[in-house]
Amino acid sequence: MSKDFKEAFLNKKAFIAYLMAGDPDIELTREYILTLDKAGADIIELGIPFSDPIAEGRVIQNASLRGLRSNTTLDDVFHISRTTVKEIKASLVLMSYINPILNYGYDEFFMQCRVCGIRGVIIPDLPFEERMEIDRFRKKHGVFQIFLLAPTSSEERIISVASEANGWIYLVSSMGVTGTRNQIDDGAEKICALIRKYTSVPIAVGFGIHSRTQADNVRRYADGVIVGSAIVKIIEEHPLTATPYLTKYVHDLCHL
Amino acid sequence: MQNNIEKNLSQMGRFGKYGGQYVPETLMQTLIELSDAYTKYSLDAEFNAELQRLLNEYAGRPSRLYFAKKLSEALNGAKIYLKREDLNHTGSHKINNVLGQVLLAKRMGKSRIIAETGAGQHGVATATVSALLGLDCEIFMGEEDTKRQALNVYRMKLLGASVNVVKDGTRTLKDAINDAMREWTRRPLDTHYAIGSVMGPHPFPTMVRDFQSVISREAREQILAIEGKLPTAVIACVGGGSNAMGMFHHFVSDENVELIGCEAAGRGIDTAQHAASIARGRIGIFHGMKSIFCQDKAGQIAPVYSISAGLDYPGIGPEHANFYDSGRVKYTSITDTEAVYAFKFLSQVEGIIPAIESAHAVAYVMKIAPSLTPNDSIIVCLSGRGDKDVAQIARLSGEEVYE
Repeated sequence: MSKDFKEAFLNKKAFIAYLMAGDPDIELTREYILTLDKAGADIIELGIPFSDPIAEGRVIQNASLRGLRSNTTLDDVFHISRTTVKEIKASLVLMSYINPILNYGYDEFFMQCRVCGIRGVIIPDLPFEERMEIDRFRKKHGVFQIFLLAPTSSEERIISVASEANGWIYLVSSMGVTGTRNQIDDGAEKICALIRKYTSVPIAVGFGIHSRTQADNVRRYADGVIVGSAIVKIIEEHPLTATPYLTKYVHDLCHL
Repeated sequence: MQNNIEKNLSQMGRFGKYGGQYVPETLMQTLIELSDAYTKYSLDAEFNAELQRLLNEYAGRPSRLYFAKKLSEALNGAKIYLKREDLNHTGSHKINNVLGQVLLAKRMGKSRIIAETGAGQHGVATATVSALLGLDCEIFMGEEDTKRQALNVYRMKLLGASVNVVKDGTRTLKDAINDAMREWTRRPLDTHYAIGSVMGPHPFPTMVRDFQSVISREAREQILAIEGKLPTAVIACVGGGSNAMGMFHHFVSDENVELIGCEAAGRGIDTAQHAASIARGRIGIFHGMKSIFCQDKAGQIAPVYSISAGLDYPGIGPEHANFYDSGRVKYTSITDTEAVYAFKFLSQVEGIIPAIESAHAVAYVMKIAPSLTPNDSIIVCLSGRGDKDVAQIARLSGEEVYE
């Protein structure tokens, strides 16, 4: 049963796994959520397919297109959540661009989140300055908005975001879009230290992380590590049979 | 410190409920810096003098307000004036905005310009001004558009720009913007993204409008000097809407002047193949702004279509959306067939070949002019010249023309 995020970060570094809903189809997404949970994910981010994902690199762009091709809608995503949430210990969050949510209706969307056990949303194109778009609706239904911060965020903005941070903070490791990188520069570590001056909310780092070495390096200074494109890539390569590969990958990344 | 953020909040460029800054976190600081720099330099006498000098000496402003006597006689109604943005250097209104933005980027210490382009007009203007002011330039263009506008691709390369062919999605303007935005998140520090229309996150809709408003500032003075009174109507084509916003801006408070924007109806707004955001779209948030977009029932951005690569965009600038809500501007749509007819008609009657985008505005004039009298004058924004469209129109007419 998903709870809030306290447990995910309690006495350990959280492992946060991302996958795209409906890639390759709804049933397999359900299966892969169960797999990731069993392999040790503490939080699972479920991506909502969108026609024009401007914050994504090629791998997640393609997954988004596959999700659209399997006709995956928000209602399907809520179905996936509702029918898996009781079987997993990980917390579920949705990662969606704002337009499908606006289109669904904010009140209805966050009500469904509550009903289906989704505790948080990550909206890459809804920065702190535009949070009032959804603020009262998400609060009414007790859903967290995970704010993002980036190496480009000024201290002034970090202070503002930190003052309203809830759930956890998603720190973007480096500039650019999602997708694996060979090198994560040390900008993230510095920003992480700066954020900690202003909030005790857990900080997880994502964008580009795929190897054990990178993950361990992030775990040195952050509270959690987020892996997206590398997981999506496994599902892309083994759409119908990803379970053993996902299990092995998460084990290699997280366990001794 | 909270105060400054809140101040930024209130300045985020809202037009009624539209506008805003819906972008990834990585770009927020860049947009705040851009917004501050624009506020500063828009009031800077030296910056404005330099911009005006370039507009006059390099781009060839002011552009003519030409009385189209033969067109007026042929339509037998209102007196029709053409605001000749097609005579600007690089052949369209796009250079007005690009000169402003690249000059600003240079003042901000940026060394590299990126831009999207549909028809190639904005790309050519950006490549041109980047060459002039000595900045690196990279243009993003949908693969479909590189085929429709092959000559402009080479033109940009000739001007020293590199051209990234975008092969995602519909492979048109929307996808070029997606990739340009992604590139800006990769390199926000040394790069300015010169958005080509009154769209995107704040400050672009305001800034681009201001740079384009030179069109109506001149046209209003010119028509008063010629006619001694304001026009009955002012007409422009609308994709994202920059030439229209520039053409309307100084007439907005002239309540008796009717303002009309012409969207692309493609094969008809009752088909799936059009780009008429106002006629067929609804409120959404995309490309950094809240505005009106063509989208499906789940909020996925719709593939759109127009014969004109410059109007082939699923949204419209937020100030236009607000003008639609308030009723200040009337929006109508023109089909491919009507635009092609107007393209040929203006060519034959006045010896002026309009851009296929601008031909949408000409087509609407042809509809309404006959019902007016010579006491009425109409200004049409001839936003670009049609050289780039000749080969495509020839092919449509069954003639193989090689560029």
